[in-house]
Formats: sequence, C-alpha cells, structure tokens
Amino acid sequence: MSRVVARQVRAGYRDREVLRGVDLAAQAGELVALIGPNGAGKSTLLRVLGGLLRPTSGSVTIDGVDAATLDRRVIARHIAVVPQVFETLFPFTVREIVALGRTSRLGPLGTLGSDDARAVARALDDIGATDLADRRIDRVSGGERQRAVLAMALAQEAGVLLLDEPTAHLDPAHQRATLERVATLARVRGIAVIAVLHDLNLAAAFASRVVLLADGAVVRDGDVKAVITAELVANVFGAGLRVVAHDGLPFVIPEPATALERHARAG
Amino acid sequence: MRTITVFALLVAALAFSAAAGILVGAVAIAPGDVLSALLGAGDTNGTIIRELRLPRVLGAALVGGALAAAGALLQGMLRNPLADPFVTGTSAGASLGAVLAVALGSEPVLVPLAAFVGATASIALVWRLARLGGRTTVLTVLLAGVVLTSFAGALVTLVLVSSDRLALRLRAVLGWLQGGISVISWSELAVAAVVVAVGVVGALLLAPRIDAYAFGEETAAALGVDLDRTTAAVLATTALLTGAAVAIAGLVGFVGLVIPHALRFLLGATHRRLIVASIPAGAVALVLADLGARTALAPAELPVGVITGLVGAPFFLALLVRSRRVIV
Repeated sequence: MSRVVARQVRAGYRDREVLRGVDLAAQAGELVALIGPNGAGKSTLLRVLGGLLRPTSGSVTIDGVDAATLDRRVIARHIAVVPQVFETLFPFTVREIVALGRTSRLGPLGTLGSDDARAVARALDDIGATDLADRRIDRVSGGERQRAVLAMALAQEAGVLLLDEPTAHLDPAHQRATLERVATLARVRGIAVIAVLHDLNLAAAFASRVVLLADGAVVRDGDVKAVITAELVANVFGAGLRVVAHDGLPFVIPEPATALERHARAG
Repeated sequence: MRTITVFALLVAALAFSAAAGILVGAVAIAPGDVLSALLGAGDTNGTIIRELRLPRVLGAALVGGALAAAGALLQGMLRNPLADPFVTGTSAGASLGAVLAVALGSEPVLVPLAAFVGATASIALVWRLARLGGRTTVLTVLLAGVVLTSFAGALVTLVLVSSDRLALRLRAVLGWLQGGISVISWSELAVAAVVVAVGVVGALLLAPRIDAYAFGEETAAALGVDLDRTTAAVLATTALLTGAAVAIAGLVGFVGLVIPHALRFLLGATHRRLIVASIPAGAVALVLADLGARTALAPAELPVGVITGLVGAPFFLALLVRSRRVIV
C-alpha cells in the first residue's frame, strides 16, 4: 500500500515559481481530484509528485522515503504517471505500449519475464482492452488509445497513480467510463489516485476527496461538498458559474451573461 | 509468423548479395575459380577475390549494418523518422575526425577512433542545439544537422588543401569521402568489425529503453528511464557505429534513414526487433549499392555514396512531404 506526501513544496521553472508551499497527501484507495483554474499549478504539482520535477524547497516522500534520494527506476515502481499526450509516431501495438509499463522492471539484458507478461495481461484485462492488444496504437480510436495508456500505467503495478487531465479529449460517455474505471481500481486494488480534472462535475461525481488549487497554493482540501461551494467557486474561478445541488452533490453550471443579468434584476 | 518470414528473407538476401558481390566484378572470373580462390588458390584470381572483392563485400556489409542500426537508435530516441547519422551531421563530424587523423599522419588503425571522436562531438552538439528551446523538434534536429554538415565539410576541405600529406592523394581521399569501400585492408576491416560489434551489443541492450521514449522523454522518465544516462549511452553508441562506418566508407547517406523506416512497416516499432533486422537489411542494401557502383559505369567506378544518394534522397523527400504534419 503506497502513500505519497508532499510537504511545503515550492517548485517552478527557471525564473517563475509555480508552487508556493503546497501540502498534499494521498492514501491507498482514494481518488483525489486536483481542481483549479488554468495556471494554478495542477500539472506542475503532478510533475513534482511523480518525481519528474524537483522541488526547490519542501519534500515529496514515497512510503516515507524522500523521493529526491530515489532513482528513477525505484520511483517508477511506486508511482505511475498517465501522460496527457499519447500520440506516437511509430506503429507499436497496444500490447507493446502496455508492456512499456514494465520498463522499470527490465532485467539486466533488457528482457521481460513471465511476471511481466502476467502484469501486462492483467492490466489489459482491467481496462477492458484485451481485444485491442494486437491492434496498432495509431489505428485505434482516441478513447481506445487513452485506455491503452491507462493500461500501460496500471502495468507498472505502482501503488500511486497520477493522471493529468485523463478525460481531456474524450466525449462525455468515455469521460464517465474512464473515471468509473479509475475509481473502481482505486477502491478494489487499493491504489492512491491523484487526478487533475478540469471538469468540476466529474470531480464532484467521482472523487473521494477534492483539492482546490489557486496561484500555486491549496485553497481547500476536503470532502466534495466542502470544496465545491458557491463561495469558493466564485472566488477562485470568477463569476458566471452557478453551483447547484443534485443528489446531495454540488454541480457547477456555466451561465451566459444574460442569465446573470436576469438574476441580478430578479434579486 | 510475419517476423520469421521477414528474417528468413533477410538472411537469404544477405547470402545472395554477398555471393553476387564476390562473383561479379570488373574482371570476369568463373564461379568455380572464385570458389578455389576463396579456398586459397595462389594465382591472380586468388589475389583479386581474397584481397579486393571479399574485403570489399565484408566492408560494405559492415558499413550498411552499422549505419542502419545507428539510424534505428537515433530515430527511436529523437522520435524522428527522418533522423540518421548522415542528416544529423554525425557522419560529417566523423569524416572530419578521420581526415584530421590522416593529415596528422596517424596509424591507419587509429582512423576509426578519430572518426568516433568526431562523431561523438558532432552528435552531442546537435543534441544540445536541438534542445535549446527546451524540447526537441524534428526540424531543429535537421537544421542543426545541415549546419554541422556544411561546417564540417568546409573544415574537411580546408584540411585536404592545406595538408601536404593529403594533397598528394587528393583524388583517393575525395573518393573515400564519397563512399570509397574500394580501398580497404583486412586490418582496417578487423578494427572496424570489433567497433561495430561493440556498438551492436550496446544498441541491443539499449533498445527496450528506447521503446519507452514512444510518448516522449517525460513519459520515458515516468516509466523509469534515467534520461541523462540513457541519452549519453545512445549518443555514444550511435557515434561508435557511425565512426566505424565512416572510417571505412566516408559519407554514405540515407542507408540509416531508409532501412529502419522501411522495416518498421514490416516488423512494427519495437526497437530490439527493428535493430536486429536493420543490420542484415543495411548490409544487403550497401553490398548491392556497392555492386551497382562498381558495375554501372565499368570499368570506371562510382563512389557508393553516389548510389545511396541517388536512391535515398528522393525517399527522404517523399518522407518529408508525408510527415510535414509532424514537423510544424
């Protein structure tokens, strides 16, 4: 059971500081949604958590060990990152892509063993992509390619799964299916999942906890209903977003300017 | 099944092209005499076969295999189907190293080493230039390669003209630069073979990690690849293979580009399989190109680089047109 903790993390690029002291933890079995406006630092935080960007101060620990002391191979066995870009120029099959998830466990001669083959088969099965296994990645649909990449991350058999905008290029049905799958895997396999989500409604529907980030700092971290509130949404994202309750969960509806004026007159 | 068929065909093609390369030449020698020459007959035919044709066929095979393997490595790591030792300027850097070594009067055996140093310096420079903006694009790699090729070419000319040692043999050296497998001794061949063998082992060991670059460097790192070490190892291996090839045959273009590209369509993208297949395929291509170079205008000989350039450049252009989506 893996656990990843960020403490007072500051990080950025060259002369631009993006994260200004962020605390975040994810436990096994949780699906943590990372939300916030563009430029809040969500993707940067994910890069820091994945050990791909070193914090300028503060620390990231994986199962209690400082990530800065671990090499890439070891980090990759504990933390899997689902890339946002999944275009590849070369004609890999879906199975070959999923097998890339075993890169951190390659033997000294660069070979994969029977354990690896089992992990690949299981990841394909978990994600419902077994029937795609022998198709070429450049010849499947966007939704199928996204599943292949998710299966690649699962094949890493890491305790922590980081997703950056996993639903970015998907239609609503595929968005729902993807998050359903991820939420189930978190619960059943005891994986700690942190997902950057732009769609607040998907966050509300599927996350077990929501972290709202703005200007490189955590504004609130807690239960869906405590984070996605009319007040916080207006403060952080600005006007024009109405928060309504549905089935006991908050949902956010974008409203055109004319509707806002109507409310103002009526009020 | 398809993989087995492709490999069987490659082995057959290699045997066929090697046989053709040994049997055909400016002097007509009957197949029976070729066989006895190979077995050690001491006449003129024996000398032609053992000291001219056989080393030349082996040299062409070595150069073709090394360039194709280096091309597969570079294309995979740069995620760029247009990369190869020639277009990235690695070959030009290697030729500068080799020419300098000859001009300074070094032992012939040391020429591959000098070519390796030149190749390393130029591939490292291209890598740095291509990453100035933070991420490598197909176009910056090619531009850096173009600039480096003309710069190294200018220096080569400068060295050729100003060196007394080389000026006497200007014609021979120019011929070698364009792909002169004709002047090759068994000792040069042996040194190059050892270097290529080391490079091939390195390429095969690196291949699975190069697969992990499929979605870019960041994802490779997330999958557990140590980017700095792997990049350095891939560049060094490429330089090793290119250095050996250039020391034997000068600037032979496009073999490293065309072979991996064509095989990828037949065998898929995984690099270990691709590299294993690229070696015999590159060997076949260059043995046949050399055969063409020897016989097209016989008794005059064309440098083999002329043949690969004539065939390879249109292929490169077609690829460029097809992949412009990737470049912008």
